[in-house]
Amino acid sequence: MQHAFEAGTLVAIVAGIVGYFVVLRRSSFAAHALSHIGFAGAAGAVLLGVSPILGLFAFTSVGGIGMTVLGPRASNRDVQIGTVLAFMLGLGVLFISLYTGYATEAYSILFGEILGISSVDVIVTAVAAIAILCATAFVYRPLLFASLDEDVAEAKGLHMHMLGIVFMLLVALATSIAVQVVGVLLIFSLMVTPAAIAQRLAKRPWHAVLISVIISLTATWVGLFVAFYEPYPVSFFITTFVFILYLLVRSIHPKLELMKTVSTFAKPIGQAQN
Amino acid sequence: MKSRSVAVTTTLQSAVVTGENVVAGYPGKIVWRGASFSLDRGELVAVIGPNGAGKTTLFRLLLGLQQPVSGAIKIFNEVPKRGNPLIGYVPQRHLIDSETNVECLELVHLAYCGHQWGFHLTAKVGRAAARRALEAVGATELASKSLNALSGGELQRIFLAEALVSDPDVLLLDEPLSSLDIRRTQELVQLIDRVVRTRKVTALLVAHDINPLLPYLNKVVYIANGKVATGTPKEVLTSERLSELYDTHVEVIHDSRGNVAIIGIEDHHGDE
Repeated sequence: MQHAFEAGTLVAIVAGIVGYFVVLRRSSFAAHALSHIGFAGAAGAVLLGVSPILGLFAFTSVGGIGMTVLGPRASNRDVQIGTVLAFMLGLGVLFISLYTGYATEAYSILFGEILGISSVDVIVTAVAAIAILCATAFVYRPLLFASLDEDVAEAKGLHMHMLGIVFMLLVALATSIAVQVVGVLLIFSLMVTPAAIAQRLAKRPWHAVLISVIISLTATWVGLFVAFYEPYPVSFFITTFVFILYLLVRSIHPKLELMKTVSTFAKPIGQAQN
Repeated sequence: MKSRSVAVTTTLQSAVVTGENVVAGYPGKIVWRGASFSLDRGELVAVIGPNGAGKTTLFRLLLGLQQPVSGAIKIFNEVPKRGNPLIGYVPQRHLIDSETNVECLELVHLAYCGHQWGFHLTAKVGRAAARRALEAVGATELASKSLNALSGGELQRIFLAEALVSDPDVLLLDEPLSSLDIRRTQELVQLIDRVVRTRKVTALLVAHDINPLLPYLNKVVYIANGKVATGTPKEVLTSERLSELYDTHVEVIHDSRGNVAIIGIEDHHGDE
């Protein structure tokens, strides 16, 4: 259980930070696809008797670079990505069926099984998390700039292609370790939704990243606590927590905007307009 | 002795952008050729012509994002290099949409220091520079507003602030007036003119309609039909000059207030 908390905390922090850029760059489908590509790698690794996380690392990295090479912003990119990810899922199914071990291995890759994480995997997760955090600390300004105003960033000398590859590798690595907690299918709940909520609430990137990390951390801890007492999957609680929070923010926020508009018009008649 | 050499250098340096028989495009796909021009410091220059003529190509050459097929194009007397902080650029399209919930100050701040790698503990210097740029365009009160909450005219001011934050000597504005109504167009043109005159920068502005700019222009770069004509508005906007450019009869009509109408050309919607 302690290992689960350690790994879960590291994953939540990383997912909250990387997720901010995923949402900013409108790459949530690419992140989603990467986790499915990783599934084939994880299943293949299990078949070979190797730790699934290595298969995840390998396939998501290659997949991520492949996606960037496909072209920066093609309009029918989702068709291309979707085609590849369907094939990858099929590959994963084949590997799983070839594996004569237990089916729970497949279950844990698809939905996450953090409670059973080994101390070796915690160390691997920690190393990956530190690598991601260091890389992010180094590239965050150019990446932010390139994500917000691509043409001006390019004119200022930044290389869009290289930044795109760096970003995809960050997502690939973050996805790989996040799969341990929520699995391939539920990766959105850590990598996308917390950041999406944060971006609705905060106008400054620093604040949004902080909120995103807080949300994913809280969701993960809540999930782990509840799963300790109830025999239900951790990933379910994480996903549900994040979903409810998302609905709350979506329903309250329009009302906040409405209140702002009302207060502007409701200024006392005597007061001068500045 | 010292003042003499200063005078000589100043004359040499007053031509900020020069072109000598420049051919633009790619081998096999020439966009325009035979362009020779000299633009001086502090001039407001309109770059006009039909869609797809290659106006953005001129900007890409000056930004060092593209090389000329032949000929010499120079900015500050040097071959254009990527990432020149002395050029402020306002591109035609932006990624900002209704989902972009980021404050304006942050975007301008990033234009100041977004090329810096590494971890920075404080952003004070950058944010102060960003505030000054916003003040220069009269957008101080927009600093903490979110980009997706702005009108078209307000957004163009922010983009202009983005271009000004690095204190450039040249401004390249690619169709800043396209989505604006008449009133906002006039406001923005007046703002750009004020910025040009107070900071003594050279501004190149791509536009479709030259009339809002006419009262403020020093020069015109007219790109059409694979050719380029440069000069003062009086020199370029004549029936003779444009007929020569388009290889067909073109009539230029002036109304009582100096507005110009160009008759006899089709607006080609090419891929630029």
